Amino acid sequence: MSESLTFHYNVDGEDFTSAGQASVQVKKNLRRLGIPPEIIRQVSIAMYEGEINMVIHAGGGDADVIVSEDKIEIILADHGPGIADIDLAMQEGYSTAPDSVRSLGFGAGMGLPNMKRYTDEMTIDSTVGVGTTIRMVVKLQ
Amino acid sequence: MYAHSVELDVSKCTGCTTCLKHCPTEAIRIRDGHAVINEERCIDCGECIRVCSSNAKKAMCSKFEHYQHYKWKIALPAPSLYGQFDNLEDVDTVLQGLLDIGFDDVFEVAQAAEFVTEYTRLYLKTQGIKKPVISSACPVVVRLISLRYPYLRDNLMPILPPIEIAAMMARKKAKEEHPELKDEDIGLFFISPCAAKVSYIRNGFGNYKSKIDVVISLKDIYFKLLGVMKRGDTPNVSSKAGMIGIGWASSGGESSAILNDNYLAADGIENVNKVLDAIENGNIPQLEFVELNACTGGCVGGVMTIENPFIARTRLQSVRRYLPVSLNRLPADMHYVPENCYCSELPTYTPISRLSENFSESMRMMAQIQEIRGTLPGIDCGACGSPTCRAFAEDIVRGNVADITQCKVLDRS
Repeated sequence: MSESLTFHYNVDGEDFTSAGQASVQVKKNLRRLGIPPEIIRQVSIAMYEGEINMVIHAGGGDADVIVSEDKIEIILADHGPGIADIDLAMQEGYSTAPDSVRSLGFGAGMGLPNMKRYTDEMTIDSTVGVGTTIRMVVKLQ
Repeated sequence: MYAHSVELDVSKCTGCTTCLKHCPTEAIRIRDGHAVINEERCIDCGECIRVCSSNAKKAMCSKFEHYQHYKWKIALPAPSLYGQFDNLEDVDTVLQGLLDIGFDDVFEVAQAAEFVTEYTRLYLKTQGIKKPVISSACPVVVRLISLRYPYLRDNLMPILPPIEIAAMMARKKAKEEHPELKDEDIGLFFISPCAAKVSYIRNGFGNYKSKIDVVISLKDIYFKLLGVMKRGDTPNVSSKAGMIGIGWASSGGESSAILNDNYLAADGIENVNKVLDAIENGNIPQLEFVELNACTGGCVGGVMTIENPFIARTRLQSVRRYLPVSLNRLPADMHYVPENCYCSELPTYTPISRLSENFSESMRMMAQIQEIRGTLPGIDCGACGSPTCRAFAEDIVRGNVADITQCKVLDRS
């Protein structure tokens, strides 16, 4: 089987309270495909963290989840400020989130590390002032 | 097959789309002019009973009159019953009322709930258990987890709910006080605020079979009680439940009693789903215990109650005000939960929303659903009999509906 399925979600950057919605939708669709619960959880967490990041830092963006026979790919693309130092951003506890967001319990500096932890591959492509694209892969076998 | 307790009277059903739109698991379709419930998906939450304007849906319950063959009939009232009466000064009046309408004894579920509270405190100290521990008292939540949140199955507290502890204790008490009674002489009647507990009693919890013999609707008993309680006789029985036990009737009562600040209590089926999603994603940190109730307000919001849940809750607050905190404590040297209060096996995961057992086939079907969905108007009107355009597309692909011409909106254009 060479076909793949794409689920596209628009992550609204205007509305902080709706952050996490795409992750819930992805979960529903993966359940319909009969994906094992452990994998669904991995994808859902990675997706959730990415979604929150896009809302906090980039004013929203686009999320695509591509399911194929052997893997699930998550591509998160935004036109935000970009990440100046990716290595630093990947460190646990490092965060540039504003206080207003931290007061809600977010911005603990665990977003990117968790995305890496719950996926098999992760690449970050970011240009300051242009935006960030993150590609994550969760293998199905 | 899971035995349900929501019943539809086809002759009363007008085929409107109200229940269709409110069902949290999209288990309802309108076919041939009336609602049809998909039993695999139904979680017995009772939302459809609550919203039906034609009273076409009801919870299947037994009638007290039909079970007079039991020589010793014991009433097990849920604490939510106490919140139904206006100006109730003393729970004893309700208990006496139950005896007056024909029960031989009463055993309060609130009393058993105080033991479950004690067991919960002990269980939370167990090494190596998955946190947060999720209460297993609301059967809707247990079923929802087994259908939708397999990852959280091990978070469910494996301790029997108060009704079962009450059933065990009530039977033991009856046999001690009346050694002449045989097991089949004793009938345990649970007075239930909701449909889900009726289903739970019929199906059990994992491999555990309920010890309750008969379930009667709280509504039914309420009207019988009103008649006898008016007389104002001095009660000969006294309640054996304190503030904690009665507190279980409303949301937050169970969790606040564990004496640990790291808890969360949520009620209403939508909120329950949101909290379960959040726990599954790991974004609620450092919680010890989670109490979830499918009904708004907790058990006082059950579909078989009379009073609005908020009023019932306020009434319970005044009933509880001058009660001791708890009347049922474990002996000081007891540091473990008795073996017979555990359920050895949790409900198994059933992937109900899976399109096909074969992954490639599921992928093919999903692609078709997306394609059909794209041609539909997307207004989720429900006129086709499916709750949303997406569900309609899925129904076509699954072969449950003939074809796209069932869409009333596309038809007109």
